[in-house]
Amino acid sequence: MTIQQLIFGKLTLEAIPYHTPIIVGAGIGMGLVVLLVLGLITYFRQWGYLWREWITSIDHKKIGVMYLILSLVMLVRGFADAIMMRTQQAMAASPHMGYLPPEHFNQIFSAHGVIMIFFVAMPLMFGLLNMALPLQIGARDVAFPYLNSMSLWMTVVGAMLVNISLVVGDFNATGWLAYPPLSELSYSPTVGVDYYIWALQISGVGSLLSGINFLVTIFKMRCPGMTLMKMPIFCWAALCAMILVALAFPILTATLGMLLLDRFLGMHFFTADLGGNAMMYVNLIWAWGHPEVYILILPAFGIFSEVVATFSKKPLFGYTSMVYATAAITLLSFIVWLHHFFTMGAGADVNAFFGIATMIIAIPTGVKIFNWLFTMYHGRVTFSVPMLWTIAFVSTFAIGGMTGVLMSLPPVDFQLHNSVFLVAHFHNVIIGGVVFGYFAGVTYWFPKIFGFRLDEKWGKRSFWCWLVGFYLAFMPLYALGLMGMTRRLDYYPASTGWHPWLVVAMVGAFVIGAGILCQLIQAYVSIRDRRKNRDVTGDAWIDGRTLEWSIPSPAPFYNFAVTPVVHERDAYWHMKEKGIENPNTTVQSHYDDIHMPKNTSVGFLIAVFSGIFGFGMTWGIYWMVVLGIVGIFVVPMVRSFSKNIDYYLTSDEIRKMETARQ
Amino acid sequence: MTSTTVDHHHHAHGHLDHDDIDVFGFWIYIMTDCLLFATLFATFVVLRGATFGGPALGQLMSLPYVFGETMFLLASSFTYGLAMLSFYKQHRNWALTWLLVTVVCGAAFVFMEVREFIELYIEGHSFQTNAALSAFFTLVGTHGTHVSIGLIWMVLMIFQLFRYGTTAAINRRLTYLGLFWHFLDIVWIFVFTVVYLMGAV
Repeated sequence: MTIQQLIFGKLTLEAIPYHTPIIVGAGIGMGLVVLLVLGLITYFRQWGYLWREWITSIDHKKIGVMYLILSLVMLVRGFADAIMMRTQQAMAASPHMGYLPPEHFNQIFSAHGVIMIFFVAMPLMFGLLNMALPLQIGARDVAFPYLNSMSLWMTVVGAMLVNISLVVGDFNATGWLAYPPLSELSYSPTVGVDYYIWALQISGVGSLLSGINFLVTIFKMRCPGMTLMKMPIFCWAALCAMILVALAFPILTATLGMLLLDRFLGMHFFTADLGGNAMMYVNLIWAWGHPEVYILILPAFGIFSEVVATFSKKPLFGYTSMVYATAAITLLSFIVWLHHFFTMGAGADVNAFFGIATMIIAIPTGVKIFNWLFTMYHGRVTFSVPMLWTIAFVSTFAIGGMTGVLMSLPPVDFQLHNSVFLVAHFHNVIIGGVVFGYFAGVTYWFPKIFGFRLDEKWGKRSFWCWLVGFYLAFMPLYALGLMGMTRRLDYYPASTGWHPWLVVAMVGAFVIGAGILCQLIQAYVSIRDRRKNRDVTGDAWIDGRTLEWSIPSPAPFYNFAVTPVVHERDAYWHMKEKGIENPNTTVQSHYDDIHMPKNTSVGFLIAVFSGIFGFGMTWGIYWMVVLGIVGIFVVPMVRSFSKNIDYYLTSDEIRKMETARQ
Repeated sequence: MTSTTVDHHHHAHGHLDHDDIDVFGFWIYIMTDCLLFATLFATFVVLRGATFGGPALGQLMSLPYVFGETMFLLASSFTYGLAMLSFYKQHRNWALTWLLVTVVCGAAFVFMEVREFIELYIEGHSFQTNAALSAFFTLVGTHGTHVSIGLIWMVLMIFQLFRYGTTAAINRRLTYLGLFWHFLDIVWIFVFTVVYLMGAV
């Protein structure tokens, strides 16, 4: 082993793709943005502030905001991939071959899927949970604040690994789930799959720990009087989603672990030779993957339930049936994974079982749809931005759900498997369900965290662009799928007649792009006009029903100066109706002391060492591997000797801060 | 904002008993670890026949040897229980002694497992030979890795118990470690049954 290999492993200058103009351009652009941000922080001398108030923060609201920022940055990155795919396919009706070489196109569609699911949807979900959930259950924080910080930074590190792969080496080119044997060393000898494995392993551990954290928070941290059946429905949805996280993510960890062992130690779990069984991987990855889609959609369902009740000025219709429907979906989501590969050849009986189980999921989902409709029925509906997302969701998701039921019939699936009909279906439910839901949630809870509302005008513009853009981009894909177009094509013969449809789809993608642009403008305008849009009462939408609206906006770092006591479902609505004095908006003569955890850098440091470890494993740089492992173990060990981890806020301090707020 | 000195006993009223919350969280973690093992077990059961013409796994194993290994691990669980009983009675030195005995038993288990692995490897049955052996080494090795991490943790706890005595924080950490240690025992019962006993018959 030469010195160079000792220091750099497999990493050489060849790994920088300087001969590919698109990547170089993207890399330079990314580098410039990073330099600009770092430069600005240095220029305004904000490093200390950033370190003390954000990086080491274990306040769930700040962690939520950081998740939100991560997912918005990654949304732009993932959307850039989407635009490239759509333009490539709109151009590549042979004899034209488009502008992307096949190996680059493969990386793009893989990165698009990985980024959108793991680094946009997941962080946005955990961000919203962090922002809203402890406030909804009347808690001062999550159960394990320091673990919460670690989860955040592990997700960030995973996202960084994916972005580093753009300029150093290459990314996974085998699709977002890296099916073997293609993802095995013999067919994917570069570091792309290794980047993928480590990005997902590290962020996956973060997600798993978050899942445990929120489960304990929901079970153990609810304020007095809040029984499970008095919880806001978003908490129920989160509870079910977190059960799924705790049950599904270990499968992902083990499965990717085995793929890693194949690649790294030459084992034969999924290889094409020596007894390996690639279909085992496909089964296992979907045993995680199917629950994963419900991990994403259930919180969105919860958000819609909150929004629809608030903006219809009515209690949610069928609370109990909503809870049971959510629980039913949670159970069913574990017995449908095989519908992702009916074509495996498991036989008629097995396919029939999984087909029927899949169809049954439509029933609890239908229950939910009707509950939302009946909540609006006879309500006084305000068409504010969160409500617009909700209404658009109900119809769009119904279409996506129906195409899903269509494909749950094994004989139909045999025709549509791996076609762009499937691509249209899952974008229909993910954009129309998850994305619309999370955007509704961000708009809805934004004032509680920041103290001012997002601009309505630009929010509506963004909404219409997204809605129209979505239909333009994905309805043609249904038609194309029925015409026989398979997914992930980098070019196709012009004689197929697909070209006009793909041009429409590209236009749709650009309209969605305009929607994202509107959102960026919305963020700017809202911050500029923050005084005008200030939320002075804490009840930002006037008709707030749940506890988060009973405290001032932005929420104080200790959340509730006085721990609320709950008697009814929709506790805050009940308080307002009965004219009960709200102890969190009036200054009290005495407060109980509040036990607070101190900020800590432990979570951040463990994540950084995990990143060093992952990068070292990817490139075979063993001093980094050792450094990473030692760091991961030593940092928490050192902390376990520290006793200076918490403090008390006294009655006087709380009164001073509460008086200043009034 | 100033912060006051923390005195845990002074503030007994008004906030939840955090130990209860912590232990519940650790239980859920154990459950997730259980699922990690479940995945490896499922893979092992699917792949154990995939020897690609090599000898069946059962022919490579010596039951009496593994039985001895098992006894060491079971004994270590028992001695850990004794350590906790001594701890509850505030007998720090007895607790330390039983923890040391537990470490010795656990280390003997890991030693025997590693020796079995090395022998298999030398005889040409490595984890690279075929899918069945890959699954075998991974399932058993993952358990062994867990036990090894538990051992490192236990050494750390011996040091902390020696230094701080029988405090509430040490009590909580020893409870976690105990859950972890007994959990590994239970997983091993399944490994012994599914991998070794079912392989032998």
